[in-house]
This record gives sequence, C-alpha cells and structure tokens, in this order.
Amino acid sequence: MRIALFSTCIVDAMYPRVARATVDILERLGHEVVFPPGQTCCSQMHVNSGYFDDAYSIVKNHVDAFSDWDYDVAVAPSASCVVSLGHQQPMIARHAGDEGTAIAAEDVAGRTFELSKLLIDVLGITDAAEQLGSYFPHKVTFHSSCHGMRIMQLGTRQSDLVRTVEGLEFEELPDLDQCCGFGGTFSFKNADTSGAMTADKVKNIESTGAEMCTGGDVSCLMNIGGALSRKGSDVTTLHFAEILASTKDNPLEVSGPVALTTTTGGK
Amino acid sequence: MSEAKAEILRRVRASLADSPEAPEVTRAYRTESEKSAHDVRAMLIDRLLDYKANVYEETMDSVAERIEKLLGKSARYVIPKGLNLDWLPEDSAARRHLVDSGNGQRAGSLTDRELDAVDAVVTSSTVSCAETGTIFLNASDEEGRRAITLVPDHHICIVPAESIVELIPESVRRVNPERPITMISGPSATSDIELQRVEGVHGPRTLDVIILDGQ
Amino acid sequence: MTVTQLGMPKVFHGTGNIAAEESFTSFAGRELKNEQLRANLGFATHTIRDKRAKVVGELPDWELLRTAGSEIKQDVMARLPELLEQFEKNFTERGGKVHWARDADEANQIALDIIREQQAEEVIKIKSMATQETGLNEYLEENGVSAVETDLAEEIVQLGEDKPSHILVPAIHRNRSEIRDIFLKKMPHIDKDISDNPAELAEASRHHLREKFFRNKVAISGANFGVADSGTLSIVESEGNGRMCLTLPDTLISFMGIEKLVPTFQDLEVFLQLLPRSSTGERMNPYTSMWSGVTPGDGPQNLHVILMDNGRTAALADQVGRQALHCIRCSACMNVCPVYERAGGHAYGSVYPGPIGAILSPLLTGVEAEENNSLPYASSLCGACYEACPVKINIPDVLVHLRGKDVDAKHGKGEEGNKRQAPDQMDAIMGGAKAMFSNSTLLSIAERGLPAGGLAAGRDHKISWLPGLIGGWTKYRDIPEPPKQAFRHWWKKNKKNGPKQRAASDRVDVDALIAKNSGLAEELHRRHAGEAQEEREEAQEQAAELKKEQRREPDMVRREEDLLKGQDDSSNGTTGEGTSSQEGND
Repeated sequence: MRIALFSTCIVDAMYPRVARATVDILERLGHEVVFPPGQTCCSQMHVNSGYFDDAYSIVKNHVDAFSDWDYDVAVAPSASCVVSLGHQQPMIARHAGDEGTAIAAEDVAGRTFELSKLLIDVLGITDAAEQLGSYFPHKVTFHSSCHGMRIMQLGTRQSDLVRTVEGLEFEELPDLDQCCGFGGTFSFKNADTSGAMTADKVKNIESTGAEMCTGGDVSCLMNIGGALSRKGSDVTTLHFAEILASTKDNPLEVSGPVALTTTTGGK
Repeated sequence: MSEAKAEILRRVRASLADSPEAPEVTRAYRTESEKSAHDVRAMLIDRLLDYKANVYEETMDSVAERIEKLLGKSARYVIPKGLNLDWLPEDSAARRHLVDSGNGQRAGSLTDRELDAVDAVVTSSTVSCAETGTIFLNASDEEGRRAITLVPDHHICIVPAESIVELIPESVRRVNPERPITMISGPSATSDIELQRVEGVHGPRTLDVIILDGQ
Repeated sequence: MTVTQLGMPKVFHGTGNIAAEESFTSFAGRELKNEQLRANLGFATHTIRDKRAKVVGELPDWELLRTAGSEIKQDVMARLPELLEQFEKNFTERGGKVHWARDADEANQIALDIIREQQAEEVIKIKSMATQETGLNEYLEENGVSAVETDLAEEIVQLGEDKPSHILVPAIHRNRSEIRDIFLKKMPHIDKDISDNPAELAEASRHHLREKFFRNKVAISGANFGVADSGTLSIVESEGNGRMCLTLPDTLISFMGIEKLVPTFQDLEVFLQLLPRSSTGERMNPYTSMWSGVTPGDGPQNLHVILMDNGRTAALADQVGRQALHCIRCSACMNVCPVYERAGGHAYGSVYPGPIGAILSPLLTGVEAEENNSLPYASSLCGACYEACPVKINIPDVLVHLRGKDVDAKHGKGEEGNKRQAPDQMDAIMGGAKAMFSNSTLLSIAERGLPAGGLAAGRDHKISWLPGLIGGWTKYRDIPEPPKQAFRHWWKKNKKNGPKQRAASDRVDVDALIAKNSGLAEELHRRHAGEAQEEREEAQEQAAELKKEQRREPDMVRREEDLLKGQDDSSNGTTGEGTSSQEGND
C-alpha cells in the first residue's frame, strides 16, 4: 500500500522524530511512504484563532498538495490535525465561497487517517509487540487528547496499542478526560487559565509514578512537557509513534529528560 | 397588534430570511414500557425511597389504618372535596379532617394561613412515573387545588397502583394540560449550601406515599 | 439598544447584564489567585459532574433524547413566528395576558406597570435568568419596589449584596460560615446562636420567607418552557419556593425569552428527561409546576407573560450561532468545563457564564459590545461542553465562528464597519504564518533557520508561526529546543518519493480492508477494558488522596466528609447530597 504522510507543521518543525517514527513503523509493515512536498499545515491554528481569510490559502495549499499525488491513504500522527481537515477545511473554503475546494478538501480528508486508526482499522494491527516488534521497557502513562477523544471518537485505540508493547508498564492517568490546557492560541491568550489547567494535568501525571507521558498529539505533549520541565520534573513526554517504533534491536534512547531549553518566564 | 409585537415578529422573520429547514423530529426514544407491572412498581418504590419519601403498600382494608398511623398526633388535616372518604380513619375528638372546596375564592376553602396551621394534607394523584420517582398531581377533585398540597408541612399522597407507569412519555400522556400540573419527586430539597442536600425548605418536609391496591 | 447595519437587514442587539465590562482574560487572571474560590469551584463542578454522568448513564436512550431535543429546538427556531402567535392565542384564551418586550428596558417597564397597578411595594421572585439579564431587581429598587429573591442561593447572593457565579448554584463561591454571617447580619428575627449547619441555615430561610409568601400579592418568575399548542408555562425547581410564588399571590408575571417555546405539550416528555439529569444530576427535580392560563380559584388569577427579544433575534440571524438559542439553561456545560472550573462564573462578566455564556452573550449583544469579544477565546476548544449538552449545541464550533466574527470586526469587516483597528501582535503572527503555510518553499527556507537560530536568536518570524511561542506560553512552560533538522529536510536527504502517479493495478481497495477489520478496535478495547477500568479506579483513588493532602483548610475537609457521608447514604438506597435550586429558569 502507498501511504502519504502528512507530517503536520509542528511535527515537521519541532518533532521530526515523530514523523520518522511514523515512517519507520509503516515501512516495517512493508508499505511505501511518500511525503507530498507541497504540504505545510492543516490551517487549524488560523481557523481556531478566527483568521478565516488567512486560513483559506493554507487550506488550498493542503488540498493541492494532497490532491496532486496518487496514494491509497494519507496518515498524520495527530488526531487534532486530521479532525481539522474534515471538520474545518470545507467550512473555510465555503466561507470563502469556494465550493470546489470544499469538495476537494472533503475528499482529501476522507482519505486521511490518524495513525492509530490507520494501524488498527485499515492495517489490522492489534498487537504492537507481535506485529511491529515494539519494545519499550519503561513505565508510561497516557494522555488522551481532546480532539481525538471527542471529535474523532478514537476511543482507546492509541492507548490500547501502547498497552501491547513488550516490556512496557502502563499506568492509567487520573482525570484522563480532562483537557491539558493547550488549546492552541488559548495557551497564551488566556495564559493564566491555561497554566492552571496544565498544572493540574502535570500533578496527575506525577501521581502515576510513570517515567514518561505519551499521547497522540505533540502540541498537547509540548504543553505538558514544557510545564513538567519548568517544574523541574524528571518526567518527559513522547508521542506513541516513538514507542511503537522502538524495538529490541533499535531501542529508543530515553536517558534523562528530553533536552529542553529553559527560558525565563513571562513577557 | 402591539407595536412591540409587530416589530419582534418582523425581526424574527428577517432573521429567518435564509428559511432554515424545520426537521422532522425523530422520536426513537422509549415511549412504551417493556417491563412488567411488578417491576415497574418495584422501581417506583426504589426511586421514591431514594429521594427520601416514605413508601407504604396498602389495600382498601388497610389504608385507613395506615393513614391514621401516619397522621399520628396530627389534630387537623385537610383533604380535597373529591377524596374517597373510605380511605380515611374516622374522626375523633383528637383528630378531624377539613374539606377544601377547591376554589380559593369561594366559601368552603381554607386561606393560606389556615392551611399553614393544619398538620397535614391527604390527596390522591393522577399518575406516577417509576423511572424518575415522580408523582403527578393534576388538580382533579381528588387532588385539590395547588395550595393544599404545598402549604401544610406533611403530605400523605395516595398512588393508586394502576396509575403507576414506567416512563415520562407515558406519564405526560396521562395528564391534562388544561388544569394545573404539579410534579413531585420527594420532599422539597436544597443543596445550595456547599452542595449538601437538605430535605425540606419551603414545600412539605415530609412526603408519605401510599401505593393503594384494589380500590 | 444598538442598531447595526451591513447591507443586511438590521440586527437589534440586547441590553442589560449580558456584556462584560472587563475582559475575561484579566478577570480570570485575578480570580485564579483566589485559592478558596478555586477549591470551592473544583469541588462543586466535580461533584455535579459525577452525579450527572451517573444518572445519564442510567438511560439507555439518552442519545436519542438528545437528538429529539435538538431537532425540536431546530423546529422551534424555523417556525418561531407561527409558534409565538400560537402560544399567545392559547395563553390569552385561557385568561392570561401576553406582553411583548423588544429589549431589557421595555420588559422591566412592563413589569413595573403591572406591579404599580397592583399597588405593591414588595414582590417575591423565583430565580430567573431572564430577570437577571434585564436587571429587573435593580430597576424595581430604583422605582421604589423591593424584589425579594426566594431561592436559597439567590437569597444568599442578594442578602450578601453579591453576584451569582453559576446559573444553577449561584452561591457556590460562598462557604457555610460566610452564609451564616450574612444571615446573622440580614435576617432580623434569626436565632443569634444559629450554627453553620446547612439544615439550620435552610430552616432560617424557611422562617424568614414564609411570612413573605403569605403577605405578598405579586410574584415574578422566569419560565423553563412555554408550550405553543397548549399555552402552558413551566417552572422546574427544588425547594418549593417556586410553587409558593406560582400558587399563593394574586398576580404572577413571568419573563420568557422568545426562544423558550416548544411546539407541543408532548415535547415536554423529552425536556423533562433531559433537563434534571443534565442540571442537578437527579433523575427528576423535586418540583415541576405547569399552568395554562388562569384556573378559577386555584393560583394567581391575574397572569402575565412577557415575551422578550433582547438580542435573541440578533442571535437568530446568525446561521451558525442560532443554535445557542436551543439552550435550556441546565448548566451541564459549566460543570464539565475546565476553564469555568478554574476561572469561575464572575469572570464571564455576563449573567450567562461558562461555555454557553461565552457564545450566548456575544450573540445577544454583538461581538463588538464592551469586552464581550474576549469571551469566545475563553476556551481551549476541548469539546467537553458539546459532549454534555442535552440539546447538542456545538459550542466549540460557535466559539470558533465568533472568533472569526471578532477578527473580521477588528479588520473593519464587522457589523460596525468603521471600527478597523491597527494590526496587533496576533495579526503579525497569523500573517507571517499564513505566508509560510501557503507556500512550502517559504516554509522550507524558514525551517532552515531552526537549528542556527534556536530561540535566543530571534523572536521574530522564525518562531512566530509556532503556536504559543510568546510570553503567555513561557510564563508557565519551557519551550522545547528546536531540532537540528526539520522533517522535510531529513526526508529530502534520506528518503525519496516514488513517482506521483502509479499504475491503477497498484492501488489497494482500502474500503475492503476497513470492512474486513471492522470490529478490531472494539475487540482490542475489550481486551484491555477490564484491566483499564481497574487501573483507572486505582489511579482516581491515588489522585484523590493527593488532592486531599494538598487541601488542608478545615472547610474543605468537612466538605469531603459530607460528600463521603452522602455516598454512604446512597449505597443504603437513599439519595446522596446533591439537588439544588431552580434549574436555570429563564
């Protein structure tokens, strides 16, 4: 099968290791991965910030980038961005009076899957240890990102896969259904409220005694990880694709906290 | 037509200039019980107790005795004019019932302050919903006007066994909106202070429910 | 009243207590520092949230009821003119009088005229969002009429000269000892030795108000539902103060927003199930009253209803936002909202707080009114509100839509077209990001700057397109070190795309695979479900212990003990703590 990778802007720029892990997993299963080079971003940041006119040209760019290539399915290591494709892009195109792009956006969105959904529902993966050789001898807790849980109705797909990794000790996170406080530009437009939400999330993560917290959206993980780091915690964050990609032969190195640049707080 | 009315209707019509579609309402929710009468009755009792009502199951032979016990030392209690007198204990020197005519503006009815001075009220009821533990009063002659079940501090309410249904839709079908409706689910309550539930604020603080068979 | 025009029909916005005077951001920033408030709110929202989840879980057809509720309300909006006239006809035929009010002032004036006709100097009130919206109490006070709130929480708020902070439990920000102090100060005949036990405080309220119920001739209420085909009004409550007001006085004036209608009496079978479970987390609230006009000799003989626009037609004109008018004021969205839980109700400025307030207030007033444009941003868009809403109002979608309206307004394309503002920091961030996200070549060049620039080097366009990389972010979090190489550059160097197009024979039937694997996710879920459930319970217990340790205030410890008692009670077959005042009558 030929799978087009939509890395998402934040993974492309800040967490390339997550995209590489995604490629690694899919190639291990014998699939061909392509990376349509015209891609940038799903437009969600602009849409959620109310910049619909700016979002429109980003939507067009995405639709062009992914309509241009012949592939069986597209995949993104983010539920939030995939939700944006189907839920927001057609709305933005119609807002701009462009029905053609709206329909094309619906078509692209219909063929784009979040990673765990692709693995389970399309590729039939139900045991990461057995089918992917995933091995990760660490104590891990899992944060369920809101858009995957509530809009995409992913259920427990991501954490269920993580549970099947060899050597992994899974710790359930209290108040799992609570938002981590990220919310895109919410995190700095309403920084105090967002910070209070993140602080509670971090407390819950620490209560599990896990070495690290995984999840399916790096934006949430960047938020949580940034707050853990600010607190001086040893707990780190990583995407579940990285865990699935880790094997006995080629284990993911997690010695000490993931390097973070400490900046002085406040404006 | 008042000026304000005309203008509001004009505004509403202008706001609906895009003619949004009125969808056909899908009533796929439960509207008929699939449970046995026995189970439905058990459910009602469970839910009434849950909301801190007291529940008794009586027959025509035992109901008067039960009401007598529930009235206890109550000296005066009020009943609506159409209540079946066979349900009641005999009046005595220490205890008597007062009949309210049902029309607060005519003779034969008790004033609000008189109602405040009686010890209890005994009424029947129209329908009871088991799933929510709710008794519906519909201002019939057996239930009386609204004030008599509100002001006295103790309400003894007869629920004829055949008036018990399981679901809210079944209940709503059995009441007549042309007369006042009061739905009662346990005694009055508040949790306004630190979310701690306190039974009995302004309505009757004691609700005794008698499920009556074979009337 | 603000009248605005933009080559479109005029839109008439609402007035009254629905506009924030201070931005949500700055108000919330202050409230967040109040530890007692946060503890009270956290406890309250979590308690109601859990109760709601439990009773909603009891109904096998909850989702079907939500669907019906949503459809009934869509139908109401589509046929509003016809239904309003039908309601008026039926209510009038049964001896009631219908008044129409274009805005808050007009509604207040109508009520005052009726009160004066009755020569009343004091009126009793049932908790009502609509009269809070119009500021009726203050208006009556100015005109020599005192309005006595009879709902316990509203009474606490009124006696404490305070503002409600939640539509269902308005005094949730007060603890018992504060309430005792208020009562001691404001209730003339109160027992000076009264304790702060809620039962004793409720008893004090009963005695304080009983005389007022008997004495007063005029009552004022809101309405939970108005039924078009029967002319019925309905009030949903808990304490019995509602029944007192609806039954004992001669005159009853009910304020009702024009959107509160349902078409048929039968439709109540849906909302009587949705409302109590969503609002107090009860199967049913203790009392619901319904009346269809005047009943001779039973209840008020002089019945009035004031049908109020006050910005509702403006909300109705917004094709995305009009669903906010489906709201039945249950407050489920508040109780599940992580933002409300931290910031509290006062931060929203308007009488409508929480997620629904964040959309309803700016829809009623227009997004350009005062600081109401800060409200649509008071959300992380987590979607918990939409999930809990009994009539399926897609609050996150409307929030985003209103952000769009706000940005349009800022850019001179709003309803008040001339208010163009100078470009701000957000404009700069979004503009820069738009340029790069619209063109992968530009993005690629920018990404080359990542390793060299890092963060210290430049807070300019290089990092501006990363969500959140400005002061607010770094106030609470660190920024990860940028990678040495963006993914697209790694790909270009290490991998190679195959040809754009392929032979048709290489294509895979994805739908067939999905069909084949249907049920796998469910199976996988089941495999872990038992284990997950156990772990979840254990984790929740641990977290609860942790929270307990963190909260040492005696008030909080006592609250927890009460809660535990409540749970013990319910396991014995009686109810736990929980119900409350009128369910957000409006």
